[in-house]
Amino acid sequence: MAEKREKLVLVGNGMAGIGTIEQILKLGGAYDITVFGSEPHPNYNRIMLSYVLEGSKTINDIILNDWSWYEENNITLHTGTTVTRIDEGSKQVITENGMAVPYDKVIIATGSNSFILPVPGSDKEGVVGFRDISDCDAMLEAAQQYSKAAVIGGGLLGLEAAKGLVNLGMDVTVVHLMEDLMERQLDRNASSMLQAELERQGVKFAMGKQTVELTGEQRVSGLRFSDGSTLEADFVVMAVGIKPNITLAKESGVSVNRGIVVDDYLQTSMQNVYSIGECAEHRGVCYGLVAPLFEQGMVLAKHLCGSDTKPYEGSVVSTKLKISGVDVFSAGEFMDAPELTVISSKDEWKKTYKKILLKNNVIVGAVLFGDVTESANLQKLVKQGAVMTDEIYSELMGTGCCGGGNKKGTSVEAMADEEIVCGCNGVTKKAIIDAVTENGFTTVDEIKACTGATRSCGGCKPVVEQILQFVLGDSFQQAAKQGICGCTTLSRDEIVAEITAKGLKTTKEVMNVLGWKQEEGCSKCRPAINYYLGMMNPDTHQDEKESRFVNERMGANIQKDGTYTVIPRMYGGVTTPEDLKKIADVSLKYDVKVVKVTGGQRLDLIGVKKEDLPKVWEELDMPSGYGYAKSLRTVKTCVGSQFCRFGTQDSMGMGALMERKYERLDFPAKFKMAVNGCPRNCAESCTKDIGIVGNDGGWEIFIGGNGGIKPRIADAFCKVKTDEELIEVCSAVMQYYRETGNYLERTSEWVERMGLEQIQMVILNNEENRKELAARIDFALTQVTDPWKKILNDNSTRTALFEDARV
Amino acid sequence: MNKTTQMYAIGSVQDFLMQIGRVVVAGNVELAVFRTSDGGIYALENRSPHPKGGPLAEGIVSGHFLYDPLYDWKIDLRTGEVQAPDEGRVVTYPVTLDEDSLTVSV
Ligand SMILES: Cc1cc2nc3c(=O)[nH]c(=O)nc-3n(C[C@H](O)[C@H](O)[C@H](O)COP(=O)(O)OP(=O)(O)OC[C@H]3O[C@@H](n4cnc5c(N)ncnc54)[C@H](O)[C@@H]3O)c2cc1C
Ligand code: SF4
Ligand code: FES
Repeated sequence: MAEKREKLVLVGNGMAGIGTIEQILKLGGAYDITVFGSEPHPNYNRIMLSYVLEGSKTINDIILNDWSWYEENNITLHTGTTVTRIDEGSKQVITENGMAVPYDKVIIATGSNSFILPVPGSDKEGVVGFRDISDCDAMLEAAQQYSKAAVIGGGLLGLEAAKGLVNLGMDVTVVHLMEDLMERQLDRNASSMLQAELERQGVKFAMGKQTVELTGEQRVSGLRFSDGSTLEADFVVMAVGIKPNITLAKESGVSVNRGIVVDDYLQTSMQNVYSIGECAEHRGVCYGLVAPLFEQGMVLAKHLCGSDTKPYEGSVVSTKLKISGVDVFSAGEFMDAPELTVISSKDEWKKTYKKILLKNNVIVGAVLFGDVTESANLQKLVKQGAVMTDEIYSELMGTGCCGGGNKKGTSVEAMADEEIVCGCNGVTKKAIIDAVTENGFTTVDEIKACTGATRSCGGCKPVVEQILQFVLGDSFQQAAKQGICGCTTLSRDEIVAEITAKGLKTTKEVMNVLGWKQEEGCSKCRPAINYYLGMMNPDTHQDEKESRFVNERMGANIQKDGTYTVIPRMYGGVTTPEDLKKIADVSLKYDVKVVKVTGGQRLDLIGVKKEDLPKVWEELDMPSGYGYAKSLRTVKTCVGSQFCRFGTQDSMGMGALMERKYERLDFPAKFKMAVNGCPRNCAESCTKDIGIVGNDGGWEIFIGGNGGIKPRIADAFCKVKTDEELIEVCSAVMQYYRETGNYLERTSEWVERMGLEQIQMVILNNEENRKELAARIDFALTQVTDPWKKILNDNSTRTALFEDARV
Repeated sequence: MNKTTQMYAIGSVQDFLMQIGRVVVAGNVELAVFRTSDGGIYALENRSPHPKGGPLAEGIVSGHFLYDPLYDWKIDLRTGEVQAPDEGRVVTYPVTLDEDSLTVSV
């Protein structure tokens, strides 16, 4: 008996349908396959239309399966052919031009249509959606002839369209109904940062505007809004949403809701008819992104090939905007809510924002702006419903600097083989592993060429890299040993030991002798080594300005507009009317933009021009407040026994004394202190590197607190009776931290790494040791000098460092 | 647009500290000028090729490379080429040394 293959008909030649067919072919499914597509093209990558519009790709670049692919796989393809009905009785698929093709199984993957606002005038010439190649062509054409465009809709699609049109030279305004862009993926913070960035790139915005009419004769000439205002536009892109394309299903009697209703095996209400992709509605959800459709396709392909498969249970989606220089990422929950715990950090200088949402300590969502390096990791954690732990926390929120730390590598191990790593191109973990093991690939680029992973939005690249590392494992052991930076495999302790053993004197020597890969190091190791050398040889080390970060080199904080902030020292937070007057005079004379009280009770003079810095310091004639340095910043104080009715100790006096004593000395990271007169703790000792609280019989010392990136309440260290003991213990703690801390490691991390007991043992249980530590810091303190005095006395450095040359 | 090259005298080698950038405004172009440890002098446009921009002059110099101060991109001072994994290019301007005076053509 001749074997007869079953007939499989796919309606919809898009990403979901062809993705499923690819899987079926891989699984060796025995079907006669016929594909219908309304569009005149073979299968292409729809999400990359944004790049075509932007000009970085051509239509040919985004074809996923060309004609020969269909031929090679014996697939009959009918392009430009719309299917109008599935006839269940005769088991035939009927097309608009009267073709009838018999089937055993049908997959409906008809995708969506652009949602066109039902307002008067939306049928005018010059109004398009953004969905397919013909829309894209229309936009490219319009940009040649017209100049003013409006994009209605401030979501992912609208913004990508707007940026594309700006690149094509059009004057573009995005009209958005809400006050926030991408309000379905981003919170207010991220959305306003996004808007500011896009404005910088030339996109204009009309927010909170409801379009009620498109005006013009035959061709559109403008928009009218509900508040009566208008906007001129001779080209309009509607990007307000998509509508699942359910026409065919409805005509054929398949159950539909918003989309075509399917069960966990993608089966519709009609026997032998399946549906996947944007047109399908699963458990009440229609997805508008590609990751879910690959997950659905995998289940359906296995089901159709008769292999065992877990049911499809829905997808966690994440979003990434594909506009160059605008990195936005969002996954799962993104809005604050009472039942959620929110971890967030915002950096206005680097323009980054990071937010992680927890529900009962489970990671349920995240938003990133500006820096999306953690996106793949976060996406995975949200998907897994991972429980937040200290390790995950520090991995995600870490110190954000010094890449030295050990990298995560085990999480990919736990990933299921079938899990999709590259959502854009439907590439599984197994496919990547196979590519590596079968072809001996060792780079992401090779994997990309072979599997397509990382080919589209690039969001999966970090995970692909991790898998690569994980698979290569042993053969990469050598490289896996992480040094303090990419220039060396040596750790901090090894470097410090070598410096002592070999008597190394300069960063250059360290790098030469210890075999640095890059002769003069990098921005991570140079500042670190400069610090270690200075810490070890306080009297002989020549500080290397060229190995310092900009703020430390200039002795002032650089601000985002290129001006600097000056903070005069005010010991213990106490100043005098005379000094205030001087500060006011200098601020007026040099046109300081803002005078602000800092978090550490000092005065910030913000907005000083670089070339004015030396003069400002000269005229202030006050020591530098070191608000920029990895060094003692401030000793915050309360009022204390001098004036406060509760005070038992002179906190102002002790604070000023300590600030004078320890100022200017380098630490591994910035260092903050506080002194309080009584346990009411008005100066908030619990968030300081060293916090001191007075009591009736003496002082209590707390260490390792931090209110910044990684908030941590300080640990109670010990109680002392006298001022002398207080100073000796503080000195010893500081010096021990200086000698054992990794560069850029705050005490909050240092205390956790070393262990509180270890530090207590070294300092409290061993008097001799404590005295030696205190003596070493005292010696180092004799070597410090006022950087501004030095600069003011050195004309050529002063000119070269602070004055721009104008020629 | 017709572009003509103009020469600007920007001073002597001593006006530039070793491995520390300096801003030089030549006509209407803002340059970041660097002196490398082998004595080379390089002039680049003082603008990071990172889409968010920002200055370059304040970066850390290592050999013929610059680490930009805001994003830590590694940039070849000789060609302006941004090193992988990042990409981009900074405009570079030739500097010539005659006796002790430096000239940049912009
Ligand atoms: C500009 C743009 C950018 C995007 N960016 C992203 C992104 O960055 N990330 C992301 O995850 N997603 C993105 N998306 C969404 C993503 O492209 C879709 O989720 C995905 O393409 C849906 O696949 P599908 O197969 O369900 O539908 P489609 O790819 O739309 O395929 C459906 C196909 O069926 C055809 N068809 C419809 N009806 C019939 C019929 N009766 N007979 C025959 N053929 C028919 C249609 O012509 C169409 O070609 C973007 C979409 C667009 C338009
Ligand atoms: S901490 Fe005590 S002494 Fe200091 S201000 Fe507060 S109440 Fe007064
Ligand atoms: S997830 Fe977009 S390219 Fe892989």
